[in-house]
Amino acid sequence: MDNRSIIICILLGIITTNLIRVVPMLLIKGQISNRFVRSFLYYVPYVTLAVMTFPSIIQTTLTPLSGTIALIIGIIAAWRRLGLFPVAAICCAIVYLIDSFC
Amino acid sequence: MHPETVMRRKEIMQGFRDGIPIALGYFAVAFSLGIIAKQAGLSAVIGFVSSFFTRASAGEYGVYTLVAAQAAYAEIVAMCLVVNLRYMLMSAALSQKIAPGTSWLHRVLMASCVTDEIFGISIARQPYCPPAYTYSAALISTLFWASGCAAGIVAGGMLPANIVAALSVALYGMFLAIIMPPARSDRNVLYAVVASFVLSGLCAVAPVVSGWSSGTRTIVLTILISAVAAWLKPIKSVEAHG
Repeated sequence: MDNRSIIICILLGIITTNLIRVVPMLLIKGQISNRFVRSFLYYVPYVTLAVMTFPSIIQTTLTPLSGTIALIIGIIAAWRRLGLFPVAAICCAIVYLIDSFC
Repeated sequence: MHPETVMRRKEIMQGFRDGIPIALGYFAVAFSLGIIAKQAGLSAVIGFVSSFFTRASAGEYGVYTLVAAQAAYAEIVAMCLVVNLRYMLMSAALSQKIAPGTSWLHRVLMASCVTDEIFGISIARQPYCPPAYTYSAALISTLFWASGCAAGIVAGGMLPANIVAALSVALYGMFLAIIMPPARSDRNVLYAVVASFVLSGLCAVAPVVSGWSSGTRTIVLTILISAVAAWLKPIKSVEAHG
């Protein structure tokens, strides 16, 4: 693609992605009273992050083994509330060690 | 100093602190994204601008692969809509975490800050999320995200594959750190998370469904599992006047 087309593609990506973020916020004014909708929105973040994590975590690593162990140790570390950065660092270290030396 | 200014300063510092681990993870992920962007023909400057304003890992990945494949403009828009549909749900959820009376401009700006992680830390604030907190966390992490993409375009080919693979799981580690503590304190969240893992794993190998893009699977599973969870285990209505 020439430079002009690339820039048009990038701009389309920027506009579409940000409209998706902003439109619901403009449509929803104030607190939602419907119990089902409130419950649904309560579960959405956890479900979507869980779905995006598995099985992708074992598919991005060089071997499924390193991803699987990073997932298990990561779950344990996160369960113990180690925080964002420590858990991420532990997962990276495990994958690096297993992929390099096993 | 005005007490409100002191509060805001505290929120900015807190957002900055929580934003740093996200920023480091972003740098690593954006770096691997930059390698793909380079293959699509993006310069480091365009990659920086694109990542700064788009801020969507799967969305950008889709755009760059489509650019590399010389796809039509309509395909770019359609792909962004589908892959980023979860932001619509997140933005709707975030709207419930903004204090009543917050200005229209703050709502729009907070919505445009939504990424998986910024959303994750923003909804964790109780009872409402202060705008300044979201802005500072979003700013620091976005700068690292955009720089990581530019660095990947410039230096991507130089890193060995095992280091790139190790860096790419940083994002998933962060996701786990966001979902596990609430799953520990709320049994219903735990059930929803376990169901998500199991169904997502099954869908990746099941016939037909496994042929869908991972973005499509994410949307379908998110809506399905969250709806069933909301139906079976509705949250207790805290403020019953509505």
